[in-house]
Amino acid sequence: MELTGTALHPGSASGTLFVLHKPLSLWGGVDPLKGIVADPRHPQYEAPLAGRILVMERTIGSSSSSAIMLELLRNGVSPAGIVLGRPDAILMLGILVARELGYPTVPVVQVDGSGISRLAHADGCRATISDGVVEVEGRASPRQGSA
Amino acid sequence: MFYVNHGMTETSLELSPLEAELLAASGPAMQLAMGIVVRMGEILGARELVEITSSHIDGCLYHGDGGVEFGERLVELGGAVAVPTTLNVGALDLLHPTRVRSRGHKREMALRQMRAYQALGCAPTWTCAPYQAGHRPALGEHVAWGESNAVCFANSVLGARTNRYGDFMDICCALAGRAPRTGLHLDENRRATTVVDTSAIAPELKTRDVFYPVLGTWLGATVDDRVAAIIGLPGTVTEDQLKAMGAAAASSGAVGLFHVVGVTPEAPDLATALGGASPEPGADLTPHPDELRAVRDTLSTAGAGRIDAVAVGSPHFSLTEFDRLQALLPSTPFAVPFYVCTGRSEYRRLEAAGRLERFADAGVEIVVDTCVVVTPILPPKDGVLMTNSGKFAHYTPSNTGYGVVYGSLEDCVRSAARGRIVRDESLWS
Repeated sequence: MELTGTALHPGSASGTLFVLHKPLSLWGGVDPLKGIVADPRHPQYEAPLAGRILVMERTIGSSSSSAIMLELLRNGVSPAGIVLGRPDAILMLGILVARELGYPTVPVVQVDGSGISRLAHADGCRATISDGVVEVEGRASPRQGSA
Repeated sequence: MFYVNHGMTETSLELSPLEAELLAASGPAMQLAMGIVVRMGEILGARELVEITSSHIDGCLYHGDGGVEFGERLVELGGAVAVPTTLNVGALDLLHPTRVRSRGHKREMALRQMRAYQALGCAPTWTCAPYQAGHRPALGEHVAWGESNAVCFANSVLGARTNRYGDFMDICCALAGRAPRTGLHLDENRRATTVVDTSAIAPELKTRDVFYPVLGTWLGATVDDRVAAIIGLPGTVTEDQLKAMGAAAASSGAVGLFHVVGVTPEAPDLATALGGASPEPGADLTPHPDELRAVRDTLSTAGAGRIDAVAVGSPHFSLTEFDRLQALLPSTPFAVPFYVCTGRSEYRRLEAAGRLERFADAGVEIVVDTCVVVTPILPPKDGVLMTNSGKFAHYTPSNTGYGVVYGSLEDCVRSAARGRIVRDESLWS
């Protein structure tokens, strides 16, 4: 499967797709030192974001989430890439500041709502982001890897 | 320090010649700030920038070393704010150094972060209620404010125009003197799209302070980021009541602006608040007493029994609120710590009036520059905190590990005197 979206932040990355089942605020919802989901009320509590391609509609909650995105990049535990359903100013701000500080940044792609739904079926598959294009290996099935 | 502007000289925004120069060839700190403001404008779909007259910065609270590095980078690059700018709380009480328990690296970095923002020319107000410390933009002024309660107050009560600018964006706007012209800067997005009719609520309850954080919590959870026009509130509603309502609404939801018809400046009447348009079909909301009582109950995680501390002052306590508290103080000291969080501007006025001693005698601990839910101040234990603040009630369990009980200021005073929860339920029955 290949999806073409808009590169909100350029670059390329590969990793396993990690599709959020429920919206998340990075501030209070992600541990900036460990890069894992830290909100005990979230269904993916303690799941790692680090090194994976994070797929979500957008972040919710506190505008201090920009600071958490910055810390994830600074501490080397951020997702390898991010696919969003909507432009997300809070998350992008953390990435822009990271770039200014010379930290490694990660590519961000915005796709449309149907793109997010298609990726939701590919949770756990390997994917590559390259300047606005998301390429998922194999067919879009969560069981692809074990079949 | 070597600085690269990542080649950002072209943009889809329509910039004035001066703005284009600020972006491309003005100096490293300005170019960095303009680059971020312009790029965020593109992401948010703005067509141009708007000049701002002031800023309030929430980015001075320590969340991690990256934030300190960013503040210090701006200082190294020669950054200076272009408009009058106040600072929100930091993670330390600079007037009472032993008040906050953090030590070592965290304490040092929290201080460095506060110092960096001050070095950029921001006024060291260290308050989440800058509008009580003399920072009051006029009706229609464009500003760039951070801190959700301050944003809500500036838009709703003062009629100034700001989006909810968070960490980094607030200081970039202050350095650039500009913000993307989008969201609540635009007339069309300031019109109410929802009407909240409070006529089912008892008039007596609507005169009490304890009502407003509850209405605010309900509002945020119900409308999220939509603009509501609230009808049926008494014309006597106070600024402190509106402050408390906005803070609660911006905690349970993403409310950046509300109108109180007949009270707030953009809502002399309902038709004006709606901007001549009709509200969205089915968008009229009529909160019922049972519903608000249920919301009030969600503000507490503990129901009865002992408490370990009381905290008030989120947003920061005003002088009027200190007057009310002073009138309620018991003749014998409180049985548990009673924290009042406030800005140094109010604190200095109490000091000048010789009033600090009276509060100290009663066992009141005045916290300035910061507050009890953003930094370790409460005694380290699994206790129960009582508060009259909807915002404290919202954040206390996750940020401090304490259980929380919500009540009126009178309830808080009575409970602190006995060390046990005492609440007047008659208003809610």
